[in-house]
Amino acid sequence: MENESGALSRVVGLFSARGYNIESLSVAPTDDDSLSRLTLVTHGSERIVEQILKQLNKLIEVVKVSDLSEFKYIEREMMLVKVEAKSTSAITSIKQIADIFHGKIIDVSHKTFTIELSGRGEKLDAFVEAMRDDQVILEVVRSGCIGVARGNVALRV
Amino acid sequence: MELSGAKIFVESLKAEGVDTIFGYPGGAVLFLYDELDKAANDLDHILVRHEQAAIHAAEGYAKSTNKVGVAIVTSGPGATNAVTGIADAYMDSVPLVVFTGQVPRALIGNDAFQEVDIIGITRPCVKHNFLVKSIEDLAPTIRKAFYIASTGRPGPVLIDIPKDITDGTEKCLFEYPEEVKIRSYNPNTRGNPRQIRLAADALLAAKTPIFYTGGGVILSDAASELTELARLLNVPVTNTLMGLGGYPASDPQFVGMLGMHGTYEANMAMHKSDLVVAIGSRFDDRVTGNIEKFCPNAKVIHVDIDPASISKNVKVDVPIVGDVKQVLTDLLAELKKRGESPEPEAVAEWWGMINEWRKTDCLRYEQGDDVITAQFVIDKLWQLTHGDAFVCSDVGQHQMWAAQYYRFDKPNRWINSGGLGTMGFGLPSAMGVQLAHPDETVACITGDGSIQMCIQVLATCLQYQLPLNIISLNNGYLGMVRQWQEFFYQKRYSMSYMESLPDFVKLTEAYGHVGLQIKDPADVEGALKEAIENKQRLYFLDFLTNPEENVYPMVPAGAGQNEMILV
Repeated sequence: MENESGALSRVVGLFSARGYNIESLSVAPTDDDSLSRLTLVTHGSERIVEQILKQLNKLIEVVKVSDLSEFKYIEREMMLVKVEAKSTSAITSIKQIADIFHGKIIDVSHKTFTIELSGRGEKLDAFVEAMRDDQVILEVVRSGCIGVARGNVALRV
Repeated sequence: MELSGAKIFVESLKAEGVDTIFGYPGGAVLFLYDELDKAANDLDHILVRHEQAAIHAAEGYAKSTNKVGVAIVTSGPGATNAVTGIADAYMDSVPLVVFTGQVPRALIGNDAFQEVDIIGITRPCVKHNFLVKSIEDLAPTIRKAFYIASTGRPGPVLIDIPKDITDGTEKCLFEYPEEVKIRSYNPNTRGNPRQIRLAADALLAAKTPIFYTGGGVILSDAASELTELARLLNVPVTNTLMGLGGYPASDPQFVGMLGMHGTYEANMAMHKSDLVVAIGSRFDDRVTGNIEKFCPNAKVIHVDIDPASISKNVKVDVPIVGDVKQVLTDLLAELKKRGESPEPEAVAEWWGMINEWRKTDCLRYEQGDDVITAQFVIDKLWQLTHGDAFVCSDVGQHQMWAAQYYRFDKPNRWINSGGLGTMGFGLPSAMGVQLAHPDETVACITGDGSIQMCIQVLATCLQYQLPLNIISLNNGYLGMVRQWQEFFYQKRYSMSYMESLPDFVKLTEAYGHVGLQIKDPADVEGALKEAIENKQRLYFLDFLTNPEENVYPMVPAGAGQNEMILV
C-alpha cells in the first residue's frame, strides 16, 4: 500500500465493516519508503477470500494484493516470552527447551528469563506449551505473521 | 502566480468546469466563502438550510446530468450533518466531491471547537477521502478527487481542508495539474474480448434470455447501446429501481421493474429464464428475494465496472469487467459481425409465456369517486407531463408507486435514493435537478413523513425562484412501515401513524409558495395541471389519499422472487 497515514485504517476498517476476521496483522515500510507492506492472516471460504481480495483492490491506497496461499511460501512470526522458573531446578530446563527450539535467552534476572523465538506459528505455540509445566508464563508477545513466496515469484510494484 | 489556499480552491473548481456548488457556511470555511463571494460571477453557490440538503441537492444535480456534484460544508456539525447524504451517494454510486472545513492543523486532535474526525467517520462510506496537510497539496488533491469521483464506479470523495491552509498567511504557486496518475487506481473500462465472445455465444444459444439492467446503464450513459442490443435480439428487458429510464418503458420489450415491488411478469421472467444478462446491476437483496430460490435455471452474464460486484451474491458464469457503454458497443459489434440471430421459434415461445404473465395485470388499481388513490395521481402526472418530466422521489410507498406508474423513456429523469433509501432526499434533490435543468418540469413525489425531513429547503427554493412541483401523497402514515406492520406484525401500527401533521398549505405559504390541498379525485387533474403550467412559482400539492393502500406486487422478506403477493 501507499505509505500514507490512514491507509492501514482503511484496510482494517474494511475488514470490520464487512465482517471478515483478522487473525494477525503486521505492517511496516519496504525498501521503497513510499510503500508499506501489510501482511494479514484471515480465513474464510473460497468465495469470501475472493471477495476480500476484490474489496482490498478497490481501496485507492492499496497498490497490489497477493494471496500467498496460492503459492509455496515461507511463513515466520517472532515471539518474546517472559517466564519465571517455579523452582531452581526448573532453570536448567528453560535453557534446554530454548536450545531445542533454537530460541535465544535475551534477558535474565534472578528466576525470570526472557526468550526470543522465531518460526512458524505452530512452533511458537509448541514452545509456550513446553514452558507451561515447569515455569510460570508471565508474558507472551507475538509479532503477527509475515510471509514471502518461495522461488522467484515476488510482490513488487 | 502565488495564491492563497482559498483562491486556489476557487480556481481549481473553475478549472474543473464546476458551475454550481451547494453549501452552508461556518467558521472553518469562512475564507473559502470569502473567495466564493468574489467569484460569484463564475460559480453559483446555492445556500441550503441544512447540510444534508446540500449533499442531496448535489446528488440530484449529478444524477440528472452525469456530471460531478459539488458541495461545501463547515467542520464539526456541518460535516456530520452531511454524512447521511454522503452515505447515500456511496450506496448509489453518485459522483460527488464534498469539501468539509476543518480546524487549523495545530488544533487537530485536540478536541477543538467544532472539530470532528470526518475522515475517520466517513471512511466506510466514501469512495475515498483526503485531509489536505499543506497548501501545495490542495490543487493536486482537488484534481485527484474529481478524477476518482468520476471514473470507474463513481462515488463520493471528501476533501477535508484545515482553516489555516486557506487563511492567506501561506501562498503557493497555482498550477492545476493536467494529468492525474494514481498508480494504485486504474479502472478497467474495456471488457475482455474473450469474455465478450463467450457472452455473444450464450446470447445466441439462449431460449429464454432476459436483460436485468440497473443504475450502471444510466451512469455509463449507455441507454442507446442497450436499446439497440435488446432490439437486435428481441430480448425482454427489466430495470431495477435505479435503472428506470435506461430502456424506454413504453417499448413493448420492457416487462417492468423487477424485485420486491416489481411486476409479476418481470419477476416470473427472471425466475424462468435460462440466461440472465446483468448489465450495470448488482443483484441487490431487494431484487433477488431469497437468494437460494433466485433464477434457479439461469446461466448468468454480468457486465459491471466494479469487479467486487461480480460473483458477490450470485455465482456468475460469464463475468465481464468493464464500462457498460464500452462493453455493449463491443458486444454489438461482435454480434453484427457474426450476423446470426437467436432461433425465432424460441423467441416467439418466450414472448408467448411473458404475454401470459402480463395478463395478470398486476398493476391494476381502482380510482373511485370518494378517496384519491396514490397510483391515480402518479398516472395523471405521467399523462400531463407526457412522461417527459424529471421526477425526484422521497422514500416509501410513494416511491414505489412513482417507479411503477411513471413510465420513463429517457435516462437521468428518475432521481431517487435506492441503495440507502434516505427519507428527505426528494425535495433537495429536486432543487439540484431544477438548477441543472432550469427550463424543465421537475416534480418531487413525496409523502407526509418524508417531506418533513428536509422541509427547510422550501426557503432555498424561494431564494432561487425554483418552480418545483411538490406532489405529496398524504395518507397520514409512514406508509411503507404501516404496510409491513399490516402484513407481518398483525396490524400493530407502532409509531407509523403521523399525528399532529402540519397544515401543509399554510406551511407552504409561510415559505412564500403556493399550497393546495386536494381531497376530491375530481380535482386531481386540475391541480396537477395548474402546478405544472406555472413556471414561476413552486406548488405544494397536498393530496389526501387512501390511508390503508398497499404496494403490490410484493415479494415478502425471505420469499423467492416468484412468491409474490398480488393485489
